[in-house]
Order: sequence, then structure tokens, then C-alpha cells
Amino acid sequence: MFRDLTLPALAAALAGLLALGVVLPSWLVFLLTVAFAKGLVVLGVVVMMRAGLVSFGQGLYFGLGAYTAGLVTNFLGVTDAVALVALGGAVSAVMGFALGFFMARYREIFFAMLSLALSMILYGILVRSSTLGSTDGFNLPSPTYLGLVAEGVVGRRVLYGLTVAVTIGVAMALHRFVRSPAGVMGEAILTNEIRVEYLGTSVTRVLHITYVLGAVVAGLGGALVALTAGHIDPDVAYWTTSGEFVFVAILSVIRHVAAPLLGMVVFETIRTFAFQYLPYTWQMVVGIAMLAVILFLPSGLWSLFARARQLGGGA
Amino acid sequence: MSDPIVAARGLKKRFGAVVAADNVTVEIQPREVLGVIGANGAGKTTFVNMVTGYLKPDEGTILFRGADISQLPPREVTRLGVHRSFQVAQLFPNLSVRDNVLVALASVERRRPSLVAALRTSDSIAQANGILARLGLQDAAERSTTELPQGQRKLLDITLAMVGRSAVLLLDEPTSGISADEKFPLMDLVMDAVAAEEAAILFVEHDMELVERYAARVIAFYEGRVIADGAPDAVLTDVDVRRYVVGAELHRRADRART
Repeated sequence: MFRDLTLPALAAALAGLLALGVVLPSWLVFLLTVAFAKGLVVLGVVVMMRAGLVSFGQGLYFGLGAYTAGLVTNFLGVTDAVALVALGGAVSAVMGFALGFFMARYREIFFAMLSLALSMILYGILVRSSTLGSTDGFNLPSPTYLGLVAEGVVGRRVLYGLTVAVTIGVAMALHRFVRSPAGVMGEAILTNEIRVEYLGTSVTRVLHITYVLGAVVAGLGGALVALTAGHIDPDVAYWTTSGEFVFVAILSVIRHVAAPLLGMVVFETIRTFAFQYLPYTWQMVVGIAMLAVILFLPSGLWSLFARARQLGGGA
Repeated sequence: MSDPIVAARGLKKRFGAVVAADNVTVEIQPREVLGVIGANGAGKTTFVNMVTGYLKPDEGTILFRGADISQLPPREVTRLGVHRSFQVAQLFPNLSVRDNVLVALASVERRRPSLVAALRTSDSIAQANGILARLGLQDAAERSTTELPQGQRKLLDITLAMVGRSAVLLLDEPTSGISADEKFPLMDLVMDAVAAEEAAILFVEHDMELVERYAARVIAFYEGRVIADGAPDAVLTDVDVRRYVVGAELHRRADRART
């Protein structure tokens, strides 16, 4: 049996990415921060997919995390980045736990549509509520770090560091989860719920746990994106945002915990450049990229690495 | 006679116009091996489904060690030690054979599965390998369950049922779909494994040779009712049983031989 080197590799990646944060140009640091924060959400989507839960409504928790960070900082004056991100995750966890009792009873298209519906309820509330900024949303001041103010380019780089640390930390934890009894039982549930029940384990409980995990990481991601962009609006909960997470999850395919992060970086890069050079047809570029991946890399972006390894080993 | 470990009394179950169980009363004694026979649709699987919590009886009670379990869900019945296998093997085709066993082991170990402990530790893998070796499945450990021949799939299904300590093991047609020369070895393996646990076994079977060989007591079902219950010799020679069950089996076999 070969040893699983994923955790050391992730730790090394964390060190490398933190070092890169110091030298990369500011615009790229921003792009990567957003990509990693959103990649976090995709990680949750992928973990849920392993258990058969395809959520078209992670925007609900992404939005909750973002608005929690925004509202707490604007109304309560809390500006500490770590506290805001933790609160974003906590609020999503509470909501996920409550809704999980209901959602863990549904599967497949019913689960997908219900998750979509719930996220659109949040969107509807945000759009219509003027105290929450209505369609325009509102701005967030620069966050502080343990009482220290970091603004401008330095602020960007510090926030990048926090985002990378949280994302890699969550990736490590989820890597552990998918190898735990609960994680593997999720995979077992995907193919045979009846047998899982007849082994004495509650299918609903396992799915509930998985659902809450997806919610927590989406909340963390939402709070991080809100701090990074310095602005939030109801689009964070809109169905296209949720669709984007599923899109990237499919693009990256599920076998490796780092795949969704890479997928999100590629997606954000394509989108950023497409938006800059083809502002009216950027969605088409993203669509063509998706088609290209499906046609040429049916096992997902991560399969590029597997191929490279094969070529290297064969030479 | 000691107290029955399972006492099903007056069970009724209806599916629309079909009466699948009509006043079924069956007692299972500790450590007894009980064969259940009956033509297709006689209510054998319905009975197993009711005892294991998959179906709730419309009327009647099911007592396990004196406590009513008729309203419990399958996982609670399982945790009490009432285990079952299925007519069609119920496995996890997306997991390896060993992972199937590891999931079963983890289920037995903890009611609430851990989120942080590793499923595959050197200890748990050794334990799973031991279980697979006892049943002759050690060479298949790394394979997908979809690659297994039918006999091994059934054996793995029964293995998953027996990973926990069984008080009662209900086997629903353990040898269906298995070649004639594999049937006896499979039953021998299962009987040996269970003998060590001192569990009661109820097995549903169409093959009368197997019933005669392994069962100490036989129950015959016909149209949702128990029409005979007793020693194998007595039940298998009973006039009604010969007409409705054994005769039907002979016809079934003749039909199969023709096609």
C-alpha cells in the first residue's frame, strides 16, 4: 500500500502559496484570493456530491456568510477579519443544521431544486430589504487583523494569506473527513441506502452531517469573498452564483481534494480575462471553455496531472 | 422450551387487494436453525421485511427478547442484533470488497459515525482481512463488488449482515442464483460462522435438499398464511405442503429445465 501524501503536499502548497503572495502582482493576488475563497465553496459542493447531494443552492450559505460579515462589520463595528470569517461560517452552520433536518430527506433532482429554491428565498429577501442594501448591497470597510490595520496593497496580501490558510486548512480537514467512517458512508449511501440502514447507521444523520459541512465551508468562503471585494450585493445568493460552484465542481471532478481549488483558479482566470477583452460575450468564452474540458478532459482538469505523471513515468 | 428470542404474533399485512401476511404467528428459539419454504408470493420475504423493520405490520406484534420491535426502523432492529441478508445481494458497488466490510465494521462500532477518525487503519484493515479470509474472499479484497461472481456476491452480502454480533440472522434465499455445486459449500460456511456466535438462523429457501439438510424446523407459507410448522420430516411430507409448496417447487424446477 502506498502512503497518502496529500496532507504533506497540502502543507507544502500552503507554504508555497503564502510565499507567492509576497511577490505576485497585486491584481493576481486579488484574483487568487477570490478563487481560493470560492474554491472553498466548491470543496463543500464536491464533498456533498460524493454522498449524492448535488446542491444548486450553495449561494444560500455563500450569501449568508458574506452578509454576516458585512452586517456584523457595519452594524456592530466588528472589523477583525478572523472573527468575521468565523462568524460567517458559524451562521451558515446554524442555518445548515436547521435546514438539514428537512433537506437530508431529499435526493437527486428534488434536493437540487429545493436547495435552489431556498437560496432564491434569501435572494428575494436581500433584494427587497432596504436595510440590507437592497439590490445595490453595501460596502465593507477594510478588515483588521488582531487590532492591526492593513489597507491597500498590504491589506490585499494579508487577506490573501488568511484566505489561503483557511482554504488549505479546510481542504486538509475535508480530506480527512472523506476518509472517515462518516465520509465513506456517504459514498456508500450514494449506491445503497437500504444496506446502510441495515448495517445500523442512520442515512439521514450521515447526509445531515455532510450537508452542514457544505454549509459551513460555503459560509467561510462567502465571508472571505465579502472582505476581499469590500462590497456585497444580493448576487452572492443568486442562482447563477450557485450554478458556478456546481460548474467548477464538474469541471474539476472529484478524485482529489485540491482539484476544486485548481478548477476555481482556472475558472476565475478565464472569466477575468474574458470579461476584460470580451465584456459582452464573456459568458460564451466560459461556456466554450467548459465544452472544451468536457470534450478533451472528460475526467476533469485534475486528470492533466495524472497524464503528466504517466508521461513522465513512461519516459 | 426456553423463551423465544423472536415472537411474531398475529401479523397481518395487506398491499391493496393482496394479503401478504394473514395472521402469521412464528416463534424463533435461541440458536435454532429454521427453514422457511413457500411458493413465490407466499409471504416469506414480507415476513422477513416485517421482522427487520422494513415493513410495518398492519396488525400484530413482533417481540424481540420480550420487547416490541414492530414499529422500529431497520437500523434500530439491526442494532439489537437482528440481522439480515437479501435475495438480491445488497452491496456498495462503488467501494472495494474490503471497504464494504470496513463500512460494516464502522457501523457496528459506533452508532454515530466519526467524522475525524480514519476508516482505514492498519487495525481495521487487518480485522476486515480476517473476516474476508474466513469466508474465502481474501483474494477479492481490492476488487469492486461488481467484478465478483454471483456466489461471492451473496456471500459478501451475508458477511455484511454478520459483521456485528447476531442474535438472529434472517437469510432471504441465500443460495438463489448460485450454481448447484456452490450451494452446499456456501451454506456450510455460513452455518460454521454462525455456530460460533450462537445466533438463531431463519433462512428462506426454495431448494428442499438444503432445507432438509440444514433446518431443524421448517415453516411453510402459502398465500400469506403459515400452513405448517414443525420438524422437517413432518412438514415436508404434509399433504398441504406437498400440494402447495413442494409440488409447486417441482413444477418450477421442471419449467426451468424445459427453458
